[in-house]
Amino acid sequence: MLTLFVRRVVRLVVVLVGVTLVTFAILHVSGDPVALMMPEAPEADRAVLRVSMGFNDPLAVQFGRFVGNIARGDFGNSFFHREPALPLVLARMPTTLLLTGLAMGLSLLLAIPIGILSAIRRNSAFDHGATLVVFLGTSMPVFWTGIMLILLFAVQLRVLPVSGWESWAALVLPGFTLATFSTPLLLRIVRSSMLEVINLDYVRTARAKGVSEWFVICRHALINAALPLVTVAGLQFGLLLGGAIITETVFAVPGLGRLIVGAIRQLDFPIVQAGVFVIALMVVLVNFAVDMLYVYLNPQIRVR
Amino acid sequence: MSVGTLAPPLPARAGAEPTVERSRIWRKFVRNPAAIAGAAVLLLVVGAAVFAPWVAPHDPARQSLIRRFTPPVWADAGKSAHVLGTDQVGRDILSRIIHGARVSLIVGIAAVVVSLTVGVTLGLLSGFLHGRVDTVIMTIVDVQLSFPQLLLALAFVAALGPSLVTIIVVLGLTGWERYTRVVRAEVLALREKEFVEAARAMGVSTPRMILRHLLPNTFSSIIVLSTLQVAQAILQEAALSFLGVGTGSAYPTWGQMISLGRDFVSVAWWLPTFPGLAILVTVLAINLVGDRLRDALDPRVQ
Repeated sequence: MLTLFVRRVVRLVVVLVGVTLVTFAILHVSGDPVALMMPEAPEADRAVLRVSMGFNDPLAVQFGRFVGNIARGDFGNSFFHREPALPLVLARMPTTLLLTGLAMGLSLLLAIPIGILSAIRRNSAFDHGATLVVFLGTSMPVFWTGIMLILLFAVQLRVLPVSGWESWAALVLPGFTLATFSTPLLLRIVRSSMLEVINLDYVRTARAKGVSEWFVICRHALINAALPLVTVAGLQFGLLLGGAIITETVFAVPGLGRLIVGAIRQLDFPIVQAGVFVIALMVVLVNFAVDMLYVYLNPQIRVR
Repeated sequence: MSVGTLAPPLPARAGAEPTVERSRIWRKFVRNPAAIAGAAVLLLVVGAAVFAPWVAPHDPARQSLIRRFTPPVWADAGKSAHVLGTDQVGRDILSRIIHGARVSLIVGIAAVVVSLTVGVTLGLLSGFLHGRVDTVIMTIVDVQLSFPQLLLALAFVAALGPSLVTIIVVLGLTGWERYTRVVRAEVLALREKEFVEAARAMGVSTPRMILRHLLPNTFSSIIVLSTLQVAQAILQEAALSFLGVGTGSAYPTWGQMISLGRDFVSVAWWLPTFPGLAILVTVLAINLVGDRLRDALDPRVQ
């Protein structure tokens, strides 16, 4: 158990180095970061900046410096806001986490009961309906879903605000939009993992003992179906953050995604790099936690 | 949204009679009306894309100030010459959707070719060579998985300058990891099979082993995964266009039409609605075909 933990931590560190390298590459992939930062400046000014920012040093040296700076939380100053990039990014985090948390909660709330019912009543009209919804959900572009919801609830029915983040009502549409993006996959997982356990001997035994159907489903089947769900929910976190970027743009939610998209339009690369790094860091840490939770939940691994 | 993640690796079927096999797969495929509908829709979209200049009723770039915001024909008492209406500068929406299909399909297919090449190669190496190579490749996969694909694509397309080629390359190079995982898992299973052992006993070289014995046995998974990945790439391209880092040209794309139409949603609902329906219908058709292909190609599902 301890060696497993140590191995995972080593892996975590290696992956973080890779993440840093990719973040570094964003600015350097074009070959000339200065041209990217000031596209309209004359060559003489660019040359000055290139020297002052150390862009003439070998890439390895620059990467070393980049890693050192990140370790101190320094991603440079935002070109646009003229203040350090990292605090700007971190200030937007709670909003994005609230949005993704809301969507994740909503998804689980929908996916678990519907998935269970689909599995129990396999091939019923309900099951087919759920499958259809899964297909539709996975085929809809999330930004379009958002706009259609705005059209229906904000423009036609006028019951919810079009955009913003000021009231609880304003959270409904973005949260629901993002949930339409994550629910289908979770629903599929719940259904298929329930189907796998529902006909196993121990479930039949429980039924034969006269345990109530409800208890069989919850206590015996669902617990064992939860393992794949935990793994996928962890992987989903990254996808959700990707979806949050778009959802925030559609609904003008003042979160991390909107900050990054805005920064990309302004070629404000310190913000872009800080934002990308922070998001990747969160994904890595969540997956690490999920990994550990998986080990904890799965006795087969725990014993070893 | 990753439909493909759930694709269970298909078991190998070495030495099955190919023609019998093919007709069985075909029969299983055509028995499903949803898949047939999907294939038909797909054919229609491909046809529209290929013959866009001839089938589009109007010039997609032609503006007309007096024809701005013409509603779709059924909402306009059938007077209009524009079936799906016009946009904020009077361009015909149907024609723009038909032309936009070209960008979506080109990006979707080309990006998948890129990620397929990279991902399958790494998957074969990772699964067959084991050891250090496997560790390095799987670490790269882990790094890739740490970034939401859209976020990474967004940053790199912006850094490289938006263009059709940039989008294809970036989406291709950020979407390969699923191929690697699926192919690696299959190769790991195949390594234990007798025919691989027999080939090894006969002294088959590593490249020949990989290309002649392992790769062909992963084809059915690769085909299924590729179908679903094309659907994903189309959604990603639309999202990039929507966020303003699209192809960088004036040529219409579905994502860009939705992005521009969004500002007018309260006065002209049809502006963002129809391009989005085009995406939905196309991606849904591909997903239906892909899902059915998976069932048809998987001998375990009878």
